[in-house]
Parts: sequence; C-alpha cells; structure tokens
Amino acid sequence: MKQQVINAQLEKLEAILGRMPEKFGNSITHIEIRNQELSILAQASKIIDVLSYLQKIEGFSTLIDITAVDFPESPERFAVVYHLLSMNNNIRVRVKAFVPDGGSIASVVALWPGANWFEREAFDMYGVLFEGHPDLRRILTDYGFEGHPLRKDFPLTGYQEVRYDEEQKRIVYEPVKLVQEFRNFDFLSPWEGMLPGDEKAKTSEGAK
Amino acid sequence: MSSEIIDKTFDEAIEAAKEPGKRNFNINFGPQHPAAHGVLRLVLELDGEVVERVDPHIGLLHRGTEKLLEYKTYLQGTPYFDRLDYVAPMNQEHAFCLAIEKLTGIEVPRRAQFIRVLFSEIGRILNHLLNVTTQAMDVGALTPPLWGFEPREQLMIFYERACGARMHANYFRPGGVHQDLPEQLLQDIYDWCDPFLVACDEIETLITDNRIFKQRNVDIGVVDTQTILDWGFTGVMVRGSGIPWDLRKSQPYEVYDEMDFEVPVGKNGDCYDRYLCRMDEMRESVKIMKQCIEKMPQGPVLPENSKFAPPRRAEMKQSMEALIHHFKLYTEGFKVPAGEVYAAVEAPKGEFGVYLVADGTNRPYKVKIRAPGFAHLQALEHLGRHHLLADISALIGSLDIVFGEVDR
Repeated sequence: MKQQVINAQLEKLEAILGRMPEKFGNSITHIEIRNQELSILAQASKIIDVLSYLQKIEGFSTLIDITAVDFPESPERFAVVYHLLSMNNNIRVRVKAFVPDGGSIASVVALWPGANWFEREAFDMYGVLFEGHPDLRRILTDYGFEGHPLRKDFPLTGYQEVRYDEEQKRIVYEPVKLVQEFRNFDFLSPWEGMLPGDEKAKTSEGAK
Repeated sequence: MSSEIIDKTFDEAIEAAKEPGKRNFNINFGPQHPAAHGVLRLVLELDGEVVERVDPHIGLLHRGTEKLLEYKTYLQGTPYFDRLDYVAPMNQEHAFCLAIEKLTGIEVPRRAQFIRVLFSEIGRILNHLLNVTTQAMDVGALTPPLWGFEPREQLMIFYERACGARMHANYFRPGGVHQDLPEQLLQDIYDWCDPFLVACDEIETLITDNRIFKQRNVDIGVVDTQTILDWGFTGVMVRGSGIPWDLRKSQPYEVYDEMDFEVPVGKNGDCYDRYLCRMDEMRESVKIMKQCIEKMPQGPVLPENSKFAPPRRAEMKQSMEALIHHFKLYTEGFKVPAGEVYAAVEAPKGEFGVYLVADGTNRPYKVKIRAPGFAHLQALEHLGRHHLLADISALIGSLDIVFGEVDR
C-alpha cells in the first residue's frame, strides 16, 4: 500500500511537471523529480506568479515551510525555499528561487497569512528581505541582536555572550571569551580518491 | 439560543462600554507564566477584558539547533532532535532519520520499523497525556495532571529500558534503532496497555463532562477550513475541525500501512473538540502499540553489513576490519550523497518535517526543522482576537505548544 501511495503521488507530480514549463516558459529555470519529490527552480521576480498558480490552480493550498539556504560562493547567494502541500491531492512540491546578498524577494503573506513568521525567520537567520511583508522584525534571536546567525560566515560561537552580573544586578552583554579555542574537526580523509586502487573501490560499490 | 444572538449582545455590550477618551490597555503575559507552557511572552492589547491584538514574542529558548547541526556529523546530530519537542522525543528523531534514509537509500529492517512505530506511539501518548491534562490545569483543574503523570512516568520507564534515558533517548538511528529491546520489555508494554485504557476513562470522567471545563473550552478558538489552509495547520488542529488528515494514513511511512487504526476527527473545531480528539488518539495509539507487539518479527534492528551501522561488539573482538569500521563510523561518520530532501512524520503536535540539504560530506549542509508548533502559535493572533483574556490560556493549551520546537 505504501508503494501504491508513492506511485499515485509520482503520477500526479509528473502531470504537473509536464504542465509547468509551457505555462511559465522562462520563469522556471529548472524542474525535476528527484527522490520522489518535485522541485521547481523559479526566477525570484516571478515567484508570486508561480506560487499563486500552484496554490490556486494546482491545489497546493497549505504552505508548509519557508526557509533559505546559504551558498556563499554563488553569485546569487541565497536560495529561498518554499514547501507546499496539497491535502486534497496528497502531494508536495518544493519551489526555490535565488536571491543575491542584500537582495529581496516578494513576500507571500498575501497568499498565505501563515507565511508571516516563516519569512520573519528567514530574514532573521539569513538577512533575506521580503518585499511587502507587513512586519519584518527579527523573531528568534535576542532583542537588539546583530548579524544573521545561519549564514555560513557567522561563527558557531557567535560574537556576544550574556551573563548575570551580581554587582550590577542585571544581565550584561560581553564579547565571547572562549576558555578553550574553538575546535572544528574535519574528519574527512585527505587521502580519499588519491590512493592507487581507489577507482576500483568506486566501481565495486557501484556494482552493489 | 443561537450563537448570533450571543455575539450581538456581546458586541453591543462592548460598544456600550466604550467611552470617549478611553484607550486600550497593553499587558505583558509571560515569559514566566504557568499557562504559557514554557517561555512565551505575549504582548496583549486589551479593550476591557477583550483581546484586540496578540503579539507573541518567541525565541527565548532559541538554542541554534539548525546551526549546531551544520557542525556535527549525522550521527552526532540525532540527539539534538530529542531536545526539540522534549515531550515526545523519539518522534522528532524519526523525521531526521527518515530524511537521511531517503537520501542514502538505507533499508530499515522490519523489526526496527515495528520498534519505531511502537515508540512513536508511546511518544504520542506521552505528549497527549501532558497536553490534555495541562490544558485542564490551564482552565482551573488541578487533579488531571496528577492522574495523567503517573502513566506518563511508566511510559518513560519503558523509554529508559529501551535506550537508557528517560527522555533524551537518541534511540532512532539512520537505518533502524540503536539496539534491540530487552526481552521482557515487549510483554510489559503489552500488559500496560489495557490498564491504561481504564486510566483514560478515569481522566475522561474528570474532564469530559465537567461543567467548568466545557464552559471554558466549548466554542473557544474555532478553527475553520480557511484558517487551516491560511495558517499551515497540521495534526490535531486539522482533525479537530473534521478533516481526516493524518500522515500515518495518507502518506504512510514505516509499517503504519499494516496497522489497523482510526483517525479520530472533531466536529466544531473548537478547543473542546481538539481535547476529545487527543483523548481518542491515545486509545488509537494503544491499539497500534498492541498490534506492533503482536506482529513484532524477529531479526536485526540495524542493517547488517552496512557502512551506516556499527558492527556488532562480538565481531569487533575478532575482526580488524570491523574495528576500523567502528572507529571510522564514530569519528568521521558516514557520508550522505549530495542532494536535498524533505521528510515529515505525523508527530503528536502535527507535521514535523526536516528539510535536509547534503553536500556529499559527513555533515549536513543545511537542516531546516519544520515544527508544527511554530505554525500553530503564529495563528494565536488570528484565533485569539476578540476573545476574552481568560480564553487565551485555554487556547494556548489546546494549540499544544512546546517551546523546544517552536524556538529550536
């Protein structure tokens, strides 16, 4: 039965996969089904068109999640990722759009009021701006926090630490002092793929 | 008496109470408040006793789980999921494991799948017991939590016997579960089931027909279909309004498709119906647990001869390769092929999802945790507006919020 559900989902996703490119043309730069999931890469300027089409015509009426992914090397640094769910058709879709550092993307609060906090969170964590958001404040970080913690160039330990000061009888903020230097272990083997015979290991794994 | 009449007189009463020059009153609710279920700060704008605006301030329990996960190997990452919704720890691990399994294509042995379903349902009961009884406490009843916490403690002992920890289990691993269950445990869980159903009935005698409980919950925080779609509701928040949406049925994972259970739905979508749903879900969970134990097959609980699972202890004493494998697995960890995946489970609170982006190394490139409580708490503004101040605490109770997962 599990397999039947997956097959039915795949059938519906393939139908959408067939419909989308002719409907949107250049607005969609890439579309694929991978790991049984439909993933659409759209142009940031057309995100509202794509999402409202998916919501109103294809029936993806629930917004599950909005987040961003940081790719510091890429010219358009952030991928804003939307996950949609259709309870009627029992399928999901993922829509992505790339936004440069300091750039903005249209807010979808008008389509789903529930996008409000998810966009605030993406702004808080990555600094992606959402144009037309009614109340783009920080949400998870502290009042008066600076920086965007989930960016790859933000250190894990942060910049500020907080403690209660017994003499001043209040909370004080200080620059982070580490008792021990921050250690980031890279356990990846430096020799992998360089030793003679490695290519054989790859082929034998592929055969499995 | 129809509700229209009530509303009209209510609105008229408010209108009559308005005087020129009167302004609304802002109060601060929390962050330390027994009805806030953790560290929730609400800024409420009140007109008399009527709530005009709700502004929840969250993030007081933000620990940066998603950032930490980017610096840990996949195996080191699973314990962080226990600490999200710490009321039902294993259900969270489950989503992360499913995401990893989807990307790597690890096959989970059948026995491990049954154990996972069994413990997911124990988690559901753990959660609902806490929620139902504290919701009663929020509206003034003191006894239900005392009655509910006893079976809850027994369940935690089952957790402890399976994995060694009462709460933060770290029991589900990519590919299965950490270790097999002790011999007597399945029988003990089975023996626990029927008396628990009696305990459920006893709790119901306290709450279900209780006049005060009904006055505080019936017709409070009514959720309609549009609200569900607008605000991204899942789980009991959807089922309470009569929509039978349950990922265990609609997108079955593990062996849920082999289990025989019902999806309880409410009718009116108010706080009271959601309470009734949770009570019935506990009974359904017991049904699933019993079936799991009856059908539990023998066999391994982790894939054998796999690079994702540690070798057995005995093997390590004999084989150098097994020893190396063990060392490599717990230092370097395994690598997950590059790609992105979204995996969701029906956690007790709703859809708990993990969006995992892997770059082919031994650590996740990005993990986004989609917590149901985050979406539900956001709708407090929408649901709570024009309710009385006292209704807010009933509403928070029935939204089922735990700050571990809201703040991450």
